[in-house]
Amino acid sequence: MRALIIALAAAAIALPAAAQEKPVELKKAPGLDKVEGNCSGCHSLDYIVMNSPFPNAALWDAEVTKMIKAFGAPISEADAKAIAEYLKANYGS
Amino acid sequence: MLTRRRLMTAGAGMALAGSGFDPMALAAISDLPPVLPEGVRKNATLEALPGKKPLLKLSYRPPNYETPIEYFRTAITPNDAFFVRYHLSVIPEVDVRTWKIVVGGEGANGQAEFTLHDLKRLPATEVVAVNLCSGNRRGLFQPHVPGVEWGYGAMGCARWKGARLKDLLDKVGLKKEAIEIVFDGADSPIIDKTPDFIKSIPTWKAVEDTTLVAYEMNGAPLPHFNGFPARVVVPGWTGVYWMKHVTSISAVTKPESGFWMNTAYRIPLGRFPVVARFTSQETAGNTPITEMVVNSLITNPTDGANVRMGPVVIGGIAWDGGYGISTVEVSSDGGKTWVAATLGEDLGRFAFRTFSYDFAPKAPGKQTVMARATNKIGQSQTTELIHNPAGYHHNVVHSVTFNVA
Repeated sequence: MRALIIALAAAAIALPAAAQEKPVELKKAPGLDKVEGNCSGCHSLDYIVMNSPFPNAALWDAEVTKMIKAFGAPISEADAKAIAEYLKANYGS
Repeated sequence: MLTRRRLMTAGAGMALAGSGFDPMALAAISDLPPVLPEGVRKNATLEALPGKKPLLKLSYRPPNYETPIEYFRTAITPNDAFFVRYHLSVIPEVDVRTWKIVVGGEGANGQAEFTLHDLKRLPATEVVAVNLCSGNRRGLFQPHVPGVEWGYGAMGCARWKGARLKDLLDKVGLKKEAIEIVFDGADSPIIDKTPDFIKSIPTWKAVEDTTLVAYEMNGAPLPHFNGFPARVVVPGWTGVYWMKHVTSISAVTKPESGFWMNTAYRIPLGRFPVVARFTSQETAGNTPITEMVVNSLITNPTDGANVRMGPVVIGGIAWDGGYGISTVEVSSDGGKTWVAATLGEDLGRFAFRTFSYDFAPKAPGKQTVMARATNKIGQSQTTELIHNPAGYHHNVVHSVTFNVA
């Protein structure tokens, strides 16, 4: 977590776009805290809204897996499950 | 100055703090293509990055902003309206006093460094070329595929000026076994485990006279968000190879094997009419995307516009992977008959080619007009989407429906 905070601070310094970033309000539902805590470190949450509501359950599972396996996101198994469930319930088809 | 508030907003921007947040500033845009995912239509906003005009913001971080159609009524896209596309979130403001490109690699005989001053001392070449995101129009795919859900505007055309990549490579000398030239830029991921954005092109493409390391765009330094101080320009090929803020150029004797080559930016083999092949990267099933497919866009009137009864100028742009546009045809009867449009100024085979057609509606009411471009090797646009998992090469004939009253 500490490493993530340092990385975020570095990103804020390095990235002029970040200063323009407005909060992206996702639907308030169980699992939102896991989404905000795990996903928003590397990308803004408009990625989720933009890719909705078309994904079915398998596609949202695949996206979460891709973030962990391909992009190295340090997400625990329990959090990954909560994130996938949140996405399916609120941004799925 | 970096204030605590800005740091909080930037880093933990998702905290939904609410204070100072103006929902009116985020009003959704009403004239987006209706086939885009509902989430894009709700989420996209017109917002200006530093040094840019308001563009259609699809994502803040990494920043992905597309150019509104109104800027495509001319063959050259203004720098401040040129689309922005990044894969990774750490994008440093490059200091030209310390920035340099390291050219070398195990496929080269030596190594050399080039500052911006060094680049400008090499013979300068200019080329007008289209820079188009591989995933442009991904949002129009049916069924939808995941990714940045672009509409029509993840593209632009500029006059690029720079040194020939070949001249940089000549300074170090290529071994005859060098099969690919690999690019890295100054941007990087937030966490170490995320693959850095690294791309390669075949050596034959790298040494073409029009492949540049460009430091000027439309007569001005590159905007920060388009790769300042220098980016690779690969005319005819999709934007993914046009490395921004380039810092490293390496010749290699084995195919580059990172995530961005092996997994991303691939198309099914044999499905698209492309001539340029990247054989060192081909597998039995797929191949890296290479040159753009022939395409066109109607920019006037816009979809849904109201126009007065009388002659209507149908205007737009056409482009391809560098063979050159030979004709653009327009149909006003659903594709049963086609009439040749008049082509505008020829800025070279890699550039947008404008077209216009004087359409005389017979009666008031809804009119649908389509445009279809053909290039000099006889390739034309598709009427049905060639669906592919990553959402590339959408070149379905574009149509607009407007109301004549």
